[in-house]
Amino acid sequence: MKPKSLRRERRWALIWSYVFLVVFAVIFLTPPLYMLITSLKTSAEISAVTLPWWVFHPTLDNYYALFTSEAFLTFFRNSVVVSLAVVAITMLISIFAAFSLSRMRFWGSATLATGVFLTYLIPETLLFIPLFKIFAFVQEWTGIELMNHWWVLIVIFPTLTVPFCTWIMIGYFASIPKELDEAALIDGASYFQVLTRVFLPVALPGVIAATIFAFTVSWADFLYPMAFTTSVDQLVLPAGIVTTLIKGDVFNWGQIMTAALLGALPPLLIYAFLMDYYIAGLTAGATKG
Amino acid sequence: MAQVNLRKVFKEYDEVPAVRGIDLDIADKEFVVLVGPSGCGKTTTLRMIAGLEDITDGEIAIGGDVVNDVPPKDRDIAMVFQNYALYPHMTVHENMSFGLRLKKVPKDEIQRRVNAVAGILGIGELLERKPRQLSGGQRQRVAMGRAIVRNPKVFLFDEPLSNLDAKLRVHMRTEIKKVHQKVRTTTVYVTHDQVEAMTLADRVVVMNAGLIEQVGRPNELYHSPATLFVAGFIGSPAMNIIGCALEETAGALRLRLNGGLAFPIPEERVARYRPHAGKPNLLFGLRPEHVTDLRGPTAPGQCPFEVTLDVTEPMGMETLVFFALNGVDTCARTNPLANLQPGKRAQLLADLRYMHLIDADSGRVL
Repeated sequence: MKPKSLRRERRWALIWSYVFLVVFAVIFLTPPLYMLITSLKTSAEISAVTLPWWVFHPTLDNYYALFTSEAFLTFFRNSVVVSLAVVAITMLISIFAAFSLSRMRFWGSATLATGVFLTYLIPETLLFIPLFKIFAFVQEWTGIELMNHWWVLIVIFPTLTVPFCTWIMIGYFASIPKELDEAALIDGASYFQVLTRVFLPVALPGVIAATIFAFTVSWADFLYPMAFTTSVDQLVLPAGIVTTLIKGDVFNWGQIMTAALLGALPPLLIYAFLMDYYIAGLTAGATKG
Repeated sequence: MAQVNLRKVFKEYDEVPAVRGIDLDIADKEFVVLVGPSGCGKTTTLRMIAGLEDITDGEIAIGGDVVNDVPPKDRDIAMVFQNYALYPHMTVHENMSFGLRLKKVPKDEIQRRVNAVAGILGIGELLERKPRQLSGGQRQRVAMGRAIVRNPKVFLFDEPLSNLDAKLRVHMRTEIKKVHQKVRTTTVYVTHDQVEAMTLADRVVVMNAGLIEQVGRPNELYHSPATLFVAGFIGSPAMNIIGCALEETAGALRLRLNGGLAFPIPEERVARYRPHAGKPNLLFGLRPEHVTDLRGPTAPGQCPFEVTLDVTEPMGMETLVFFALNGVDTCARTNPLANLQPGKRAQLLADLRYMHLIDADSGRVL
């Protein structure tokens, strides 16, 4: 019988789904769990030969040390300021860019859209040496010292985030039926009002996705801060943790894990906060009308 | 006053002509329907009136003012789109009031107008809903409401009913007509459905291949089509159009369909058709309702003939019968009581008083 075999197929599909989901969950959740365990241990316990998956003498010393460390708080503050500024700049640029590229057909708009995407394909590892050159060039001509300032990241990170965010937004805007902007234009809206009163609310899931991406990139990027900032008071979290908590070949594992965990917290909170809304928006857009 | 005038309007997309020079005058308060097959340029014409497409050449005036370079929002028009184009994130009320809010109309005035229009359309209880919570017919009403509430000079409808199922379409058609009778705003309505065109329009504009074929009142188009295209396009089931020859023997005109079948031309048409006798490539057009089963005595101009029926389609109030004539599938509307059967011979009656003679070369009705 057909229904029976269908049911059997469904059961097998479910079994395999669970198998893979469990495997992936284990793979992805083990490191954070290990970080949490390690962050609750003293250095002595970390180096002792005991069961690494259990905390025998839990302590909050690592947390206390970090929250009273001026350096760590500086890193945190630098990271927050940089990330928020980058998100703001990125969204401002990419929303306008995506709107014009997807809707206001003009000479070269298709080529430009492809160009934006190609820009994203160039890895940052290829770019930091040329960027050094540019920094030197800027200093030579303007006298502005770009090296070793946390705020320079606000200028650099958008080169990573803007192309991709623009690309995401182009996709979302392209999915909005043309009649919707035409209706708004006839209703008396200007292009700017079409964008703010129709496109942004309708493409909100896309805006949120792009925001999350921009935030994650600027919060977690490691290479550029390592390359361009060196003084302790100019570092952001990822660079700061590695620079200050590893002294020579002494790894302060307890604090490293604690700092990494605390550093992962803001993106986690943002995901948790926006995810419901994000998914709700996605499914609302999926049904027509 | 909001008449719409089109003067020699051309539209080309990358050198491909979509509209090839049309002249059209739409009077104030008139309901005009542009009808034609896909790609005939009707939607392009509507979008040029709306200002959503540039005009390649010519002139469009709304209310006497040339609007060629006026952006859509300053033309004082409202448009209803095929897919409704309701703002999905706004409630019905917000959708309807969007244009007024952009124009900074006072809140109580907006409230009053939205409520009034919602009353006309019977969507008063839907005002707080989002479009996705509405059925197709309700969305259609909201889209109309959004247009009406702005009290524009001209309504533009772009195939507004083609997303609805057949039954709802007939219902909304009546609704649109009722609304127009209440609101009396100049309306340009595009459709590919000739029934919609006939039922709604004060005047129908039949378009084909970027040109206007004929403009006229629905009955005018139906009874005196000017061209072969209009004759074939308007009417359902379509007019029978059959190759024929016009013979003149001893002063009498005869319409010869084939070797065995010829009809005398009715008295009143003889003078009109005589100059065309002997011409090649003539077509004979006769609507299905003028081919019936033979009942009782015949009047002058009514010609009995006998054929073998291929198919019969009982419709209840009538039975459509189909038979081959000169290689053309021909339709007749017969009385169900005549009980005609497929595969059998049948006596039919062609009423030539309503015939059309068409020159196939020029496409003109003679």
